[in-house]
Parts: sequence; structure tokens; C-alpha cells
Amino acid sequence: MTDTQRSQGLHLGVIALLAAAFFILPTYHVGNLSRIMVLAIYAIGYNFLFGYTGLLSLGHALFFAAGMYGLGLSMELFDLSAAPALIVGLASALVVSAVIGFLALRTSGVSFMIVTLMFAQAGYLTILYFGSYTRGDEGFVIPQADRAMFGFDLSNDTTRYFAALLLFSICFLAVARLVQSPFGRTLIAIRENEERARMLGYNTVSHKLKAVIISGTISGLAGAAYALLFGYAGATFATVQYSIFPLLWVLLGGAGTTIGPLIGVIFMFYLIDLSSSITSAYMLIAGVVLVLLTLFAPQGLAGELRKRVFKWMP
Amino acid sequence: MDFGPHLLLASLEGAVTAAILALTAMGLSIVFGVMRVVNVAHGEFYMLGAVIAWWVTSLVGGHPAIGFVLALGIAPLVVGLMAAAADKLILQKINYDPDRTIVATIGLMYIIQQTTLMTFGPDARPVQPPFNTRLALPWFEYGESGFAMVWPWGLSITSYKLFVIVAAVAILTTLWLVITRSKIGLIMRATQLDSETAQAFGVPVDRVYMWVFGLGAGLAAVGAVLVVPIQQAHYLMGHDPLLLAFITVIIGGLGSLPGTIIAAILIGMSDGVISVFFSPTLAKIIATLVVAMVLAFRPQGLLGRSVH
Repeated sequence: MTDTQRSQGLHLGVIALLAAAFFILPTYHVGNLSRIMVLAIYAIGYNFLFGYTGLLSLGHALFFAAGMYGLGLSMELFDLSAAPALIVGLASALVVSAVIGFLALRTSGVSFMIVTLMFAQAGYLTILYFGSYTRGDEGFVIPQADRAMFGFDLSNDTTRYFAALLLFSICFLAVARLVQSPFGRTLIAIRENEERARMLGYNTVSHKLKAVIISGTISGLAGAAYALLFGYAGATFATVQYSIFPLLWVLLGGAGTTIGPLIGVIFMFYLIDLSSSITSAYMLIAGVVLVLLTLFAPQGLAGELRKRVFKWMP
Repeated sequence: MDFGPHLLLASLEGAVTAAILALTAMGLSIVFGVMRVVNVAHGEFYMLGAVIAWWVTSLVGGHPAIGFVLALGIAPLVVGLMAAAADKLILQKINYDPDRTIVATIGLMYIIQQTTLMTFGPDARPVQPPFNTRLALPWFEYGESGFAMVWPWGLSITSYKLFVIVAAVAILTTLWLVITRSKIGLIMRATQLDSETAQAFGVPVDRVYMWVFGLGAGLAAVGAVLVVPIQQAHYLMGHDPLLLAFITVIIGGLGSLPGTIIAAILIGMSDGVISVFFSPTLAKIIATLVVAMVLAFRPQGLLGRSVH
């Protein structure tokens, strides 16, 4: 078997496993898994920029919120139905990430992190400022009757699970394919050595901008899907914490690996789930995990696996 | 109150903000300047300073001044030692790799914050100021009987706030003298300039890094002890100072100490003035956008040289 066949097998196997989980696992974990898959889309979007292009952003919550509010507000204020609202959500994430990418990519390294952090903070404050429409921190609920698409009721557990699985599979396979393409290879070259990529004649700035837009739009899709499937949009999702979460998931799972984001989200989700039943200070666990990771497994779970056992892993 | 006295009041409040900000941002700036690492946990060291100050003052009875003076000595020392230990146990082990340092300090941030939540609790707790006389301020006005001195109602400042400004100036001057005039400062500057050459000349670079990290955290704690009689101690209080200190350090130019001071004065004063005249949320939106733009179009900051 060639490496490509192996990785295709791995990707299809992961999707088949997730589909099978619906029939095997008890209802509580099925509910968790649909949330995990939506968050994993967010992590996949983040990983595309951080893991493959080497740009560390601390402002991805802005893109997540752009998708979430693009969908939520157009349903709430303009009475759009779910499908066009989803397109509005995606479009707003695309526009926001293009603008932010254009401005933030003038900087690099530490400054890039701070600029994205600042823009995300400004976005969060803007949501609070227009509290009469967005309802600020309290957020708003999307009525159950509106959460239907092509005749499927998305608030139902079964359809919700498979809708999440469908969206996850699309993003998962698309990104896995994209990073193997010449475009993705160029992004990896930029991550490894930007000067050299430039010297070889690649327009690194436009490549990085495209990476920000793709990553931002996938994150926006996750935000829109979260609002649609779970029926809630709130300013909490625009806070710094939601920019740090995808970084955490990707680092934990393994940056620059295709299955890392999913592994990271599952691990973190259950870690927080278990620890929040013990203490209200559950973010303490997240902190300890982060420190331990940087000390002992800087490549994440999937990254360490790739280094030690499965050298072919994508 | 008229516009003039109102503006004076706003700038006095702004000066207090600027004084605290200068101390906090200076800690971040020194750490970045010497070690070239970004310490995301800086805001939590600030918070720890305030919490330890509350703890010390609540243990010590008698006049509030006794507890306050003790806190001003103990809190920065304890916080500095904790930071130095964190540097030795974590940052030194990952060799100050820029990305991993940020992740590790994000982790440290949650550890400190959540441990405080578990022990100190979610309540905001006040600390008594050592002295707190209200001083009315005069205003000059051109009235019917010519130029006259009036005492507008509400135009006043407390003696404690004046003390905060003076104390911050004194501490920063001392720091300046230490860095430019003493042997410790010479070692710090040598490490900053070229750590490998410094090592070759017998400077214990690892230990310098450890104590510089401690010094940075200690400065944040000093700022917090000074602010805690005005603002209460709370486990989430480190968030805003961290963002503001970041902004200050970047606007001033990464690694430039005079730039940091100038930026702290600019930002503190404008924060005071803007939030008196405009909605605080709108003021914050404008401020963060301005900072992002400054950084995008002048990445080296006001006084910084480009780092590449």
C-alpha cells in the first residue's frame, strides 16, 4: 500500500468510525460527539493556518463569531430561512477574514499574534456595543421552528448528528486533500522557510492571505453550524478564550496533522467534562495540560505518534 | 462642572492609570527586551500581587498603613520568586522557544488564575488605603470681577492617588538608575545585546534570565499593590492590565524602555480622558482598533527599531 492509499484509508476509517459511534454509544455521548464534530471543524480551520502555514493567530474567535452572528442575526432580524442564512454566515466570515488577513499580514511573528488578538477584541466589544441587536453576553436563542433545512429538522438528535458529521467530513477531506496539493505544499514550504519560498519565486504574501481566508471561512462555517445546530448565539464565543481553545486543541492533537484537530477536541472536551464534575475551576486542568504539552509532547498526540510509530501519517 | 475642570479631573484620573500602567508595562518590556519572550501570564502576576496584598493587610491589624507597607514589600518579593521558579521549571526547559513559550505562559495564566479562584474565591475584596484625604483643587476662571480662583464642586483628588503617581515615578527612576548605572544593569544589558558573548565572558545567562523574569513579574505586582486600595482584588483582574500592557509595550516599540514609558503616559491619559467623555465600550473599541492599525502600518512601534 502506498502512503496516499494509507492516508485515504485512515480518513475514511475515521469518518466510518464516527458514523458507527452513533449506533453504538449511549445518547449522552452521541450528543457530545455532535458538539465535538462542530468544534473539530473550527479546529481544522485553525490547523490549516497554524499547523500548515505556520501563522499563530490569537483572533480566530472573530471568524467563528462572524459565521455565528452572520447566520444568527440574518435569521433573527431579517427572517431568512436556514440555507440562505448559512450562506450569509459563510460570506461574512470570508469578508472578515479577507480584511483582517490583508491588514494583519503586514506583520509577522509576535506582532501578528497581537494584531489578530486586538482585532478580535475590537470585534467582541462591537458585539457588546450593539447589544440591542446582539443581546451581548446573554445572547439569543434561534427558535426551534427555524432550524430546518431541505425538510430536515436540525434540532432533532439524529439529523443533528449526521448534519454535523456531513459538514465535518467535507472539511476534513477537503483540507486533507488541499494540503497534499501544490498549493498546500507551498504553504508548508512557507512554514518551514519563508525566505527560501520567496526566493524560489512564490508570492508568499498572497499565499498566506489565501490561507487566512480559507482558515477563517472554515472557522466561520463552524460558528454558523454551531448556531444552527444548537440554536444559540452569544458574545462568549467571541472572547479571547475562544481564540485560545482552537490553539489548545490543535497543539494537543498535533499541529500539521490531518486527524490532530479531531483528537485534540475529543481529548479536551472529555477532560473538561470530567474535571468540571469535580471542580468549578476546570480551566486549571487546561492550563496544566498546556504546560505539560509544551514540556513533554511539543508535537501533540498525533504528532508524537507520527514521529514514533506511523511515519506515513498525513 | 464646566468643560475645563472636567478635563483637569479626567487627566488626573488618567495620570493615575498611566502610573500603574507604566509599572506593569515596564515589567513586560524588560522581559521582552532582555529575554525576547512574550509573557502572557503577566496579568496573572499582577493579580497575584493584589491578592497577596489583600492577604497581608487582612492578617496585620492596627493602622492600615502598617499592612500596606508590609504588602508593598512582601507581595512583589513573593510574586517575583514564584515567577523565577516558573522560569526555571518551565521556560528554561523549553529553551525559550518563542511559540512554545507563549503556549506555556497561556497555560501558566490559567493555572495561576484558577488556583486563585479555588483558594481566594470569586469575590472582589477591598484593601484599606493607608491614607485617603480628599483634596479639593482650585480652578481659575475669568468672571465678573476679573480673574478669580474658584473651587468647583467635585473637582478633587485623594491624597492616596497623588501618592500612587509619586511612588510610580520614584520606582521607575530607581529602576532606570539600576539599569544604566549599576553592575546588575550592565549584566542585564550585556545579556540583552548578545547572550552568547555575555556567556563567553562569564555572565551566568540562565540565572540572569531567571531573575529578569522575576523582576518583570515583581514590577507588575508593585503596580497591583498600588492599585488595590483604589480597585478591589479579584481573580479576573489581570485580564485588562495584560491587554493594556501589551498595547503599551508594542506602541512604545518592542524592547524600548523609554518608548514604553512614553506610550504608558499617552495611553493612560487618553484612556482617562476618552472614558470620561465617551461610552467606555466605544472608547475601548477605538483604542484597540488604533493599536491594531499602528501595528499593521508601523510594526516597530514609536521608538522601536525593526526586529527581523
